[in-house]
Order: sequence, then structure tokens, then C-alpha cells
Amino acid sequence: MTEIFGVPVSLLLGQLLLGLLNGTTYAMLSLGLAVIFGLMDEVNFAHGAFFMMGAMFAWMGGQYFHLSFWWMLLLAPLLVGLVGLLVERLMLRRLRGMDPIYGLLLTFGLALLIEGLFRTFFGVSGSPYNPPELLSGVLNLGFMYLPLYYVFAMVASVVVCFGTWLLIERTKLGSYLRAGTENPSLVQAFGINFPLLVMLTFAFGSALAGLAGVLSAPIVQVSPLMGSNLIIVVFAIVVIGGMGSVMGAIVSGLALGVIEALAKVVYAPISSTVVFILMAVVLTVRPAGLFGKEK
Amino acid sequence: MSPTPVHDAVVRAPGIDPGHHSPASVEAVALHIRDLHAWYGDSHVLHGVNLTIKSGETICLLGRNGAGRTTTLRAVMGLTSARTGSISVFGKEVIGLPRHHVARLGVGYCPEERGIFASLTTQENFLLPPDVPARFEGLSIDEIHELFPNLKERARSPGTRLSGGEQQMLAVARIFRTGARLLLLDEISEGLAPVIVQALGRAIKELKKRGFSVLLAEQNFRFSANLADRFYVMERGKIVLEIDRSELSDKQAELKELLGV
Repeated sequence: MTEIFGVPVSLLLGQLLLGLLNGTTYAMLSLGLAVIFGLMDEVNFAHGAFFMMGAMFAWMGGQYFHLSFWWMLLLAPLLVGLVGLLVERLMLRRLRGMDPIYGLLLTFGLALLIEGLFRTFFGVSGSPYNPPELLSGVLNLGFMYLPLYYVFAMVASVVVCFGTWLLIERTKLGSYLRAGTENPSLVQAFGINFPLLVMLTFAFGSALAGLAGVLSAPIVQVSPLMGSNLIIVVFAIVVIGGMGSVMGAIVSGLALGVIEALAKVVYAPISSTVVFILMAVVLTVRPAGLFGKEK
Repeated sequence: MSPTPVHDAVVRAPGIDPGHHSPASVEAVALHIRDLHAWYGDSHVLHGVNLTIKSGETICLLGRNGAGRTTTLRAVMGLTSARTGSISVFGKEVIGLPRHHVARLGVGYCPEERGIFASLTTQENFLLPPDVPARFEGLSIDEIHELFPNLKERARSPGTRLSGGEQQMLAVARIFRTGARLLLLDEISEGLAPVIVQALGRAIKELKKRGFSVLLAEQNFRFSANLADRFYVMERGKIVLEIDRSELSDKQAELKELLGV
């Protein structure tokens, strides 16, 4: 078997694919955070809880209502988006114009509250969620067996990320969003309903987190803690990509998934810290992040 | 100094009730400002501004730096932190209205800093402001491109890659097409090459012909001298002088004194 630096190529390729899979989850989560931060200057600490809710809703839909994965792939993000919409309309909106720290505290409190609620009802042990029958097969790549579902999750995430990028960069609605990110008061003076734009953006970012949750459900154990385990890494990724940068969030999400996986092969103990080491380096060299603009 | 109001408050000057205009007078007055006070945070910038623009009129707001011209325009658009008094746009009181409702009454605003968005292309910047619901016969996109050919040529480049003059054209062009019939133009001739200033002047004359109402805030008296029907001069947040076009030569000295030229 061929080796690179004493590591079998098959192991390396396998890790690379798993890294990409993680990377697509990171990318979708950091994308939602970045869009919200760009428009609202608001760090949404409830993002991990929204991710968890997406997965939990998918699981609950199957468990209690016998709804298929495909139904929940559609319904769970809509439900999470609705939760996001209500959070913005009823709570965050009242904090607009105040120091962003209040919004941060509010969403942090919400994250704890949501997580606590789910823990009370479902415990912390986690439940398996099976991929749909159509995708339950396995691909033989020669160097590894790759579950068909992983391929689907990766492709779906990449398509959603790219679609979101197109929506923001190439459409009229996206131009409102970009302009609002730069100069909200002028955009509103032009007659654009900025409060509505903010509400829909927050709902959309939340729905993206929910969708990432549904897509992750068949890969990891579905549990009320799955969001808080992941979200800290995602925050680091958003910082590395540049707060508020859409492309930065997607690219650094994918890249860090891969880097994390490769670190696992080279020196396993460092794999859980490598993201934070990179964050420290990036912040030292480029404080605004790789794709961010200095303000 | 009077206490800073936290929110906008409508305080109508005695004897004036903008709510009871007859339909004819609503059409006749584009902008009616009475006893307008405005604040940025704690600083009280406007101290009782009174100003009227009749429909189809072009007005120029003159004054030295810091006199309050820009703030008057910003106050109409709801871009100051607090306002009191009365601002009525085509007969409708706007103090207390959400900020995005003002433009929908038919107001186009070109800010002093131009407000071109860096993350939008020239074309996207141009098409950004939504059309006004009850559209006024504005300029068509073709007509605007005829007036400012550069904007067509550079449609795809990022807005902030344009030269200063092109950015100024873009900032005004984008409100010419929305169907807004009251235009608030802040310092649009500042720092531009004479050719571009002439192009802007031609554009405004064209709009005048079509019945637009225009409020120019200008330091450059020469630019507005040929365009405006009336002049208001501001000092320390108040209107201190009003001059009709016909009185211009008589009041030349007074004007020079106030503007410090």
C-alpha cells in the first residue's frame, strides 16, 4: 500500500472525505451566522440550538408522526425558520440600536433555554436516526466504503451553500441585503422595508441551521447537546472567514473540515484544537478574517 | 437649550393644520416644513426651520458649512435621531412615520456622501431604490443613460470603482428613475469637473420641465443660480433669508455677507 509521510493513502483519502462532510455542515452553519451578522451586527448564540432543533424535529417527526426523512427535510427547516422569525420579531427587534452585547446575551439565554427544554423531555443520551431507505446503501470506492447518505448530505449542503451565495450575490433581494449590510439607514431612506428584511434574514439564517441539523441527523446521534458541541467550532470558523463574509464562511467551513480531518491523521490529539490555533493565527495576521474587510 | 426629545414628536405651529389641506393645495405643495427642530444624539442642530416648496418648484438651500442644510434634508428622510415640529410631504405628515414610508410618498434622496454601495455593481446601485407606488412620470432608463452615458458603459463594475464624478451621477440617476417627484439633492456639484456639473445641471432642467420639485442643498451658489426659483439661506440651524429669483441682483450684497464669499 502506498504511503505519504508514513500515512496510508487510503486512510488519508478516507479522512479527507469525512473532513469534507464535516466541512459542509460547518459551511452551512457558518453561512447562516455570517448572513445574520452582516445585516444585524448580531452574534446569534442560539444558532447551535437551532441546528439541534432541526435534527430533533426530524427525529420527532419520524418518531411521533411517522413522517419520512424527505418530509422532515422540508418541514424541520421551515419550523426552525419560524422560530427564528418569532425570536427576531418579538425579542431581538426591541434591542435594535442598543449595544450588540444585549442581543448576544439574549440569544445565549435562549440557547440555554431551548437546550434545557429538550433535555428535560428527551434526556441527553441521544437517539439514532436512520437515513431514508433510498440512501441507505454503501458505495465501494476501493479505499473505503462510503455510505450513500454521506454523498447525498455533502452534495445537498454544497448545493444549498452555492444557492444561497447566488441568491445574495446575483438577485435583487440579495442586492437589498448587501446594501443593508453596508448602510442600513440609507437603504431604508430609499423606501425599502428594512425591519422586514432583517426579520426574513434572521428567519432564513435560522432555517439554514435547521437544515444543517436535519442533514446531520442520520450521521451523528440526535441529542439535545449536539448543537452546543458544534457551535463553538463554527464561531471560530466564522471568525477565520471574516465576520459577515458569505464566501468566507463557505470556504473556511469546507477548508477547516478538511484541515481538522487531516490533523486527525497526522497527530490525532491536535484535531480538536487545530481550528482554534488557526483562529489565533488568522486574528494575529488578519484581524478582520481571511475574507473580511477592515471596518 | 430645550430638553432632547427621545422620539419624534409632531408639534404643529399655531394656525397651521397640514391635515386639512384641500386636494388642490395638497397637489400644490410638495414640501411644507414648520418649526422643525432636529437632534443628533444630544446636539441640537436645527432650531425651528420653516420652508415650503411648491409643486414644480426648484429651491436652493444655501449656507455656510455647519449651517444645517444637510441636517434639514436628513430630518425630512428621518435620518436624525430626533425631530419635533411638522414636515408634510405632499400633504402627509411624516414625523412619526417609519423611515421607509417617506420615500414611498414620492421623495428621492441623494445624500451628501453619495452613498454608493461598494458591494453592488453600478447597475445594481442604479436599480436599488424601489419604484414609488403612485408613479410620477420620471425619466426612463434610456433617457438617464443618454444623460449619463458612463453609467451604461460601466454597468458591471463595482459602484465604488467609479470616479467621483461618475459616483455622483449614479447617486442622482438612481433616484431619477423611481418615479419620485420631490428630489432632495445634497451638495451634488461639490468637487466635480465642470463638464459633469453641466451634465447635472442639464438633468435638473429636464426634470423641472417635467414638473419635478427639487430641493438643492448647495454651498456652490453658481451651480444653483441658474436652476433655482427661490433661495433660502440658513445660519445656525435656522432660515435667515429668503430670496426670490427676481430679487437676486438686489440682495447680492446681503447674500455674499451671509455666505462669506
